[in-house]
Amino acid sequence: MNRELKKGFRDGIPIALGYFAVSFSLGITMVAAGITPGQGTVMSLTNLTSAGEFAGVRIIAASGTLIEMILTQLIINLRYSLMSLSLSQKIDKKAKLWHRLVMAFGNTDEIFAVAMNHQKSLTIRYMLGLQSLPVVGWTVGTLLGAVAGNLLPTRISVALNVMLYGMFIAIVVPVAKRSRPVLIVSLLAVLLSCLFYFVPVLKEVSEGLAITICTVAAATAGAVFFPVKQEEEDAG
Amino acid sequence: MNIYLYILVMAVVTYLIRALPLTLIRGKIKNRFFRSFLYYVPYACLMAMTFPAVFCGSYPIHAAIAGVAVAFILAVRGKNLLTVALAASITVFIVSFIPLG
Repeated sequence: MNRELKKGFRDGIPIALGYFAVSFSLGITMVAAGITPGQGTVMSLTNLTSAGEFAGVRIIAASGTLIEMILTQLIINLRYSLMSLSLSQKIDKKAKLWHRLVMAFGNTDEIFAVAMNHQKSLTIRYMLGLQSLPVVGWTVGTLLGAVAGNLLPTRISVALNVMLYGMFIAIVVPVAKRSRPVLIVSLLAVLLSCLFYFVPVLKEVSEGLAITICTVAAATAGAVFFPVKQEEEDAG
Repeated sequence: MNIYLYILVMAVVTYLIRALPLTLIRGKIKNRFFRSFLYYVPYACLMAMTFPAVFCGSYPIHAAIAGVAVAFILAVRGKNLLTVALAASITVFIVSFIPLG
């Protein structure tokens, strides 16, 4: 096997295992929201994003509008555009257009982090290796979670639901610990989100839109009061 | 509405977000405000999705509080995503057996 491809596969193994566990709980969440295992599997294979799919499931469960879906996906997944921008600077000079289109498909938070850590410029072989196992892990995990969600006792499946929240906490807390601006922006987002949950009138706003508004408001406040320097971005 | 229509819309939007910058723009975004905004988006979004929703699931509230507390403690100690997620989940499962009050 080609060395670049092999290195990619190896780097992708831990990501794939993590994805399997998280997408398993996503699958359970999907079934609880009335999505079939088949639909959930297609969603995971074509979307490959935990936060985006999670928000999408909520909108589907609430029979939200397509505009709401587009806006929510746009805002929640906007960070990928920044990652794709960074990634584009590191791609091998000889890469063809279709190479870039393939690399774009699997650009998740974790794959991005590992790819940027790779010592050489990014070739299609390395990226194919790196992305393939996580895609399989994410898709198969969703399918098994969705099927098991129907079989497992309720008490277990609702507890597994908490895994996604646990993962979100695990992503934010270490950064908030060393960066006061991230801590303040995160707390502001929580505060706003609580307002949309409990305050009359505001709680009539649909969930997907509420998350979008909270995200834009808190991130804008962050950009106004704590504009980041280049080094902070790279460290985050 | 057909669920596959939702899924198609999600997939197209998400792919365009990933593919357009990678294929069209080769230079760096210069605008500091926009760069800062993008930097904060994931944290704001993840927290807005987690709270207060995590306390409104179909498990007892004290189980949710215990699960979140465990997740925070492990995350502060820098444990990896999988460990934190599993520990939070197991905590909710165990504590949900303990009746409140």
